[in-house]
Formats: sequence, C-alpha cells, structure tokens
Amino acid sequence: MSSATSPAQQSMVEPLADRPMHHAREAKPHEDAHAHSSPTPVGFWIYLMSDCVIFGALFATYAVLGGNYAGGPAPKDLFEPGFIAVETALLLFSSVTFGLAMLRAGKSDTNGTLMWLAVTALFGAGFIGMEIYEFNHLIHLGAGPDRSAFLSSFFALVGTHGLHVTGGLIWLITLMVQIRMHGLIGPNMQRLGTLSMFWHFLDLVWIGVFSFVYLVRLI
Amino acid sequence: MSADTHHAHDHGTMGQLMIGFALAAILTIIPFYLVMAEVDMARSTLVGIIMGLGAVQIVVHLVYFLHLKRSSEEGWNFFATIFAVIILVIVLAGSLWVMHNMNENMMPMHEMDQQIEQMKSLQSQQG
Amino acid sequence: MASEHIQPAETFSPIFGRLTLDWIPIHEPILIGTFAGVALGGLLVFALMTYFRLWVPFWKNWVTTVDHKKIGIMYMVLAFIMMVRGFADALMMRGQQAMAAGGSEGWLPPHHYDQVFTAHGVIMIFFVAMAFITGFMNYVMPLQIGARDVAFPFLNNFSLWMTVAGALLVNISLFVGEFARVGWLAFPPLSGANYSTGPGMDYYLWALQIAGVGTTLSGINMIATIVKMRAPGMKLMDMPIFTWTALITNVLIVAAFPVLTATLAMLTLDRYMDFRFFTNDYGGNAMMYVNLIWIWGHPEVYILIIPCFGIISEIVSTFSRKPIFGYRTMVWATGCIMVLSFVVWLHHFFTMGSGANVNAFFGITTMIIAVPTGVKIFNWLFTMYKGRVRLEVPMLWTIGFLVTFTIGGMTGVMLAVPPVDFQLHNTLFLIAHFHNVIIGGVVFAVFAASPTGGPSVRLQA
Repeated sequence: MSSATSPAQQSMVEPLADRPMHHAREAKPHEDAHAHSSPTPVGFWIYLMSDCVIFGALFATYAVLGGNYAGGPAPKDLFEPGFIAVETALLLFSSVTFGLAMLRAGKSDTNGTLMWLAVTALFGAGFIGMEIYEFNHLIHLGAGPDRSAFLSSFFALVGTHGLHVTGGLIWLITLMVQIRMHGLIGPNMQRLGTLSMFWHFLDLVWIGVFSFVYLVRLI
Repeated sequence: MSADTHHAHDHGTMGQLMIGFALAAILTIIPFYLVMAEVDMARSTLVGIIMGLGAVQIVVHLVYFLHLKRSSEEGWNFFATIFAVIILVIVLAGSLWVMHNMNENMMPMHEMDQQIEQMKSLQSQQG
Repeated sequence: MASEHIQPAETFSPIFGRLTLDWIPIHEPILIGTFAGVALGGLLVFALMTYFRLWVPFWKNWVTTVDHKKIGIMYMVLAFIMMVRGFADALMMRGQQAMAAGGSEGWLPPHHYDQVFTAHGVIMIFFVAMAFITGFMNYVMPLQIGARDVAFPFLNNFSLWMTVAGALLVNISLFVGEFARVGWLAFPPLSGANYSTGPGMDYYLWALQIAGVGTTLSGINMIATIVKMRAPGMKLMDMPIFTWTALITNVLIVAAFPVLTATLAMLTLDRYMDFRFFTNDYGGNAMMYVNLIWIWGHPEVYILIIPCFGIISEIVSTFSRKPIFGYRTMVWATGCIMVLSFVVWLHHFFTMGSGANVNAFFGITTMIIAVPTGVKIFNWLFTMYKGRVRLEVPMLWTIGFLVTFTIGGMTGVMLAVPPVDFQLHNTLFLIAHFHNVIIGGVVFAVFAASPTGGPSVRLQA
C-alpha cells in the first residue's frame, strides 16, 4: 500500500501514521518509542484472525457440502496422500526456513536473511506449482468445481489458501528487493515481522486443510 | 533498533524453532502414516486421531512459530486468538448441526422411493 | 405493465459481465426522470465547484485526508445522502402499496418494485446505518481516548472510499442496467445464475463485497487504535462507555464480516464460474447460503445497535447530570451481547425445518439476549432517576429511543418463540419489529447525537 501513495499524500500523513515509511522513521528514529509501541503487529494479528474466519466459513461449507458428490467422483477417487504429503512437507520446510531467515535478521545478517528468504520462496513456489498441477489434473479428469458441490467447496477452500500463498510469495519477493536496496532497516524489519506472521499462519491453515479436507476423507 | 522494539517483536530462538519443527514433523507424519498404511482401526477412531493431532499441531505452530504467548501485545493477541477459536467453533459446529438437522427432517428422494417399495412389498405380501 | 418489460438476451462479456446496452432503461419514464434530475443536480454542483475553485481544496482537504474527524464527517454525509435515497425508495414502495388496490396495478412495474425493495434494504443497512455508526466511531472514539488519530490513518481513508464505491455502484445501477430483484440478503436460488439473469445481482455482489471489505479493514483499524493508542494511564475500565461500545462493535465487525465476504464470494463463484454451492442441482444446497449469511447477519444488527447504546449512555448521563448508573454492568452487558449475538442466527429461519431441538435452542438463546439488553434499559432509567434531567433535543430523542426500542425489543422476544414465528414470519409484524429496533434504535440515537454534535455531548460529560 505504501508504494501506491503519491508524494502529495505522504506529505499529509501525520506523525502518528504507522505505515512503514523510511524517510519519516530516519528523521526521528526514537519518535513515540516511549508513548506507544507500533500498532502494526497487533493490527496485523487481528487481520489474520479475520482471515481465519473467512477460512472458517469455507471449512464449514466443505463440512456441510463435502459429501454431496452428485454422482461424481468422491475423495477416494481423486486425492493422492503421497502427493499431499509432499505439498505439506514443502510448506512446513518453508515455515522453518522463514524462521531461520528471521533469526538471521535478528542478528542483522542481511545476506543470510536474503538467502533463507530465497529458500522459503523456492519452497513456496514449489507448493504453488504442485497445487496448480493438482487443480489442472482434476479439471482434466472432469472433476472441476462445476461437477458437484463437494468439488466446488474443495476448490474454493484449497484455492483460497493457494491465493493467499501466492500473495505471500509476491510480498516475499517484493520485500527481498527492498531488503537488498535498503538493508535491514526498521521498516523492513517490521515488514519482515508481519510477513513472517502471515507465512506461518498460512502453514497453520494448511494443517486444517490436509487433516480435514484430504486425510479424513481418505479413510 | 532499540531493545524496546526487540522485546515487542520476539522472534524466538534457534532452539524453539527446531523444537517446533520436530514436533510439527512428528504430528504431520503420524496422520499421513495412518492413512497411507491403511491401519486397521475403526473409522471414527481414525478421524478422531487425525483431527486431534491436527489441533495439537495448530497449537504447536502458534507457540513455536508464531510465538503466541499470553503476554504478547499485553494479552491482546491471545485474547483475539481465543475469540477467533470460539467463533470458528460456533460457525463450524453450528452450521453442521443446523444443516444436519435440516437434512434429517427433509425426506430425500431415494428414501422416499425405498418407502414406496417397502409399502408395495408389504401390500403384495398381505395380498 | 409487467409483460411490457422484455428481458434482454443473456450475454456475458469479460469486461461488462451481463451488462449490455439493452439494459439501459430508456423506456422507463420514472427512471429517465430521476436520471435527468440527478444529472442536472450533478452539473450544477460541478459548475459551482468549478466557479468557486473548490476542486483543489476538495481534493486536498477531503478526498485524500487522513484526519479521522474529516473522515467521520464524510461517512456521515454519505449516510445522510443515502438515507434520502433509501427514504425515497420507502415512499415509492408505500405509494405502490396504496395505489395497487382494487384491481389497479399501481405505478411501479413489478421488476422495478422488486429493485426498489432490494435497494431500500441494502442502502439503509449498509450505507446509512453502517455509515452513520462508522462515522461516529471515527469522529468520537480517538478524541475520547486521547489519540491523535486512528492507528492506520491511510487505511482509514481507504476504508471510507471502499464504502463510498459500494454506495456508488448501488446508485449507478439505477440508470446503468438494473439492481438486484432478490431482497436485501439475496437468497439463492433466486439470486443464482438461473433465476437472476441480469446485471442487477452482479451490482449487488460487487457493491456489498467492496463495502464489506472496507468495513472489515475499518474494524481492524479501530480495534488497533483502542488497544494501542489510549492516553497513558487510561485502563480499559477507565474508557468512556462509547469507546467500550466502539471496541465491542469492531470486534463483532472483524469476527462477522469475513463470513459475509466468504458467502458473497461463493455466490459470485456460483454465478460466474459455474460452482455448485447453492444451486438446486449437482448437490448444492441453497439453505447453506441462508445459514451462512445469517451467521453474519445477526451479529450485523448488533454492530448497528451497540454503538447507539454507547451514544445513548453518554447522552443520558450528560443530560441527567449524573455519571452513568452501573458502568461495569453496562460494559459486561455489552460483552455478553457480543458473545450471545453469535449463537442466535437460526431465529431468522425457524421455518427452514431444522426441527424442534434446533429451533428450541436458538429460541432460548434469543430470549436470553434480552436480559443484558434489559440491564441496559434499566441502567439508563436509573441514571435518569433523581437526576437533574434537562429535556433538550438530544434527551427527547433519547426518551423516544427508550420507548420505541423497548417496543421493538419486546416484539423481538415474541418472535423468538418458534411457534409464534411460524405464524408471524414474512408478515408486517416482523417488518414492524425491525423497523422499531433500527429506526427507534439507530436513527433516534444518531439524531440524538447530531444536533449538539456527538463529541460536544461527550465533552460536556
């Protein structure tokens, strides 16, 4: 969002605005350090909880409509546990590598941070690639979202998660460019912190997906 | 970055990260093993185990990866999480209960067909 | 007249969707007349603003402002303009009902009446009531906690314009195409692709989706403000009662609006990409939409009324020259309503057929919610008791609120009894119930706070 603001708007932003703007921060590095800590982490956490409720509604729809095959394929005809295990592993590894990047960043090691972020991005891209392959495969089998309510709710839930991961990847790459350009300055650290929450949160949602959407339906 | 900010954004330690990774890996491998090895157990038991392990793993992620503590952000993050969990439980359990009861009270077509069949066979036995 | 309206053939273009030139209502005199009026008024405003060179100040001081007070004022201006539109819709509906008797067909063709009916509900809830309370919270809450602005000022501006964009879409649909003909909550399968073939339903979905996301972001913003930016030393139990109600309202917004977002997204997928969530065939279940939309919809009515409880509390104590009676019970009652409002949604569709157990559960929870609400009513009465009550304009509206809202609330308890609801659902009794609650509750509270200005009421206290 900050990249979209014009200079005219930035000049109007009053001092308490917490959008990470490096020129404002560099001018007064210790501003309001004693009065208030930044509202961004708690605000972002609340956003994540609201996102959680979106997934909750989609999970509820899958729970209610997931058995309506309408004469079409059932989970056992479509889901491969081995494939999902690899996807899960990729996402879990990416979570851990992001954790490693955060530890490097905490030690002000820019190159180490960038290296682990790149590894995270590779794992994330691998996950997205596998998901696109799976969706494509299902649609070619005639098991697209228009086949039954079960498949509609499956595509909507897993697809929403996939869109979030894609968004996270774009954010991750943007942030890598910014870290390369400006280093691990305060605003970048804050962005890194929020992205780390987002990324771990997506892995957390995936736990629900692989347990409830895939595994339970394969028994 | 002052010590003040560092305290606010606790990114944990290598030890925490590795404990989290190990726990998450174990909690992931068990349910996949149960399904892929087709372990001989009652269906409801298996479902219970998989969902239970999933719930435990979510807590592991919250504690070791997201560093959620009762004290983080003066307890607001913890409160928000608990509230979100309550809402999720209400939405999931409520929807399932409401929709299940509605389906029970509707007479699906195949059931109606079965009943007609039964009535016919009863009539033919009597006749 | 209904037969004269020929539905244009259904087409779907990637940019305009179902909207084609055939949907421009050039053959409807009422709409052409309205459009001419709006166009002339718009031209006049345009000319005056150009003549007085107001465009640059308007852009700099209002459109791009991040000042919470100005944003609050703009929300209220939006709400007031949309109230005029929604009220015009109400008059048209009542006029139609009065004229279409004794064999007469009235002055509105059915497809137009249905659009007016839908637009009235959508506008009054999303762009009048929501905009008024968001405006008040924006203006007053940061002042009450001693913050210089909200936590994320740019996001606040963004939320405002998301809401305005939604409102504009609803109004543009009047002249460019049509609006939905499905009622304010757009139940499928009527709102699905098979039965709503025109662009109206798409206007509905996009307008509400955009405004809904804006509201969620504004809710996150205000919670973060209250959590992080209170004046040093102000503990939670030191907060003014309006700020408490603002906090609880925004918690409800953040918890409930994502459900609306997800539900509307699913209906959009049904209409645009042949998904089968709420269709009659392929295993879809339209009742799942009703279930989900009311999981959002019931908390929504508390989102509207809770800040108004806060406004009334401030006014009662100010104009009785007494501190509010039972501050703690007031806070706890509001907290109880926050949680309870999430476990009553089925009372909106008792007649769906979930059976006696389910209906009994939701009937009882609905009746329980009357208890904390009653606590509030008595707290206001006890605040006035032995106070030096000044019967000025805000206090008159407040007394009107107490009476009207209590009537509305008690009819609500009657409707919470499932057998009674089976008789009264879809009747004017229900319409009267929620108009008593929303006009008597939200509109009276907003009017009570407006003449003296919301904040000045507070500053006197």
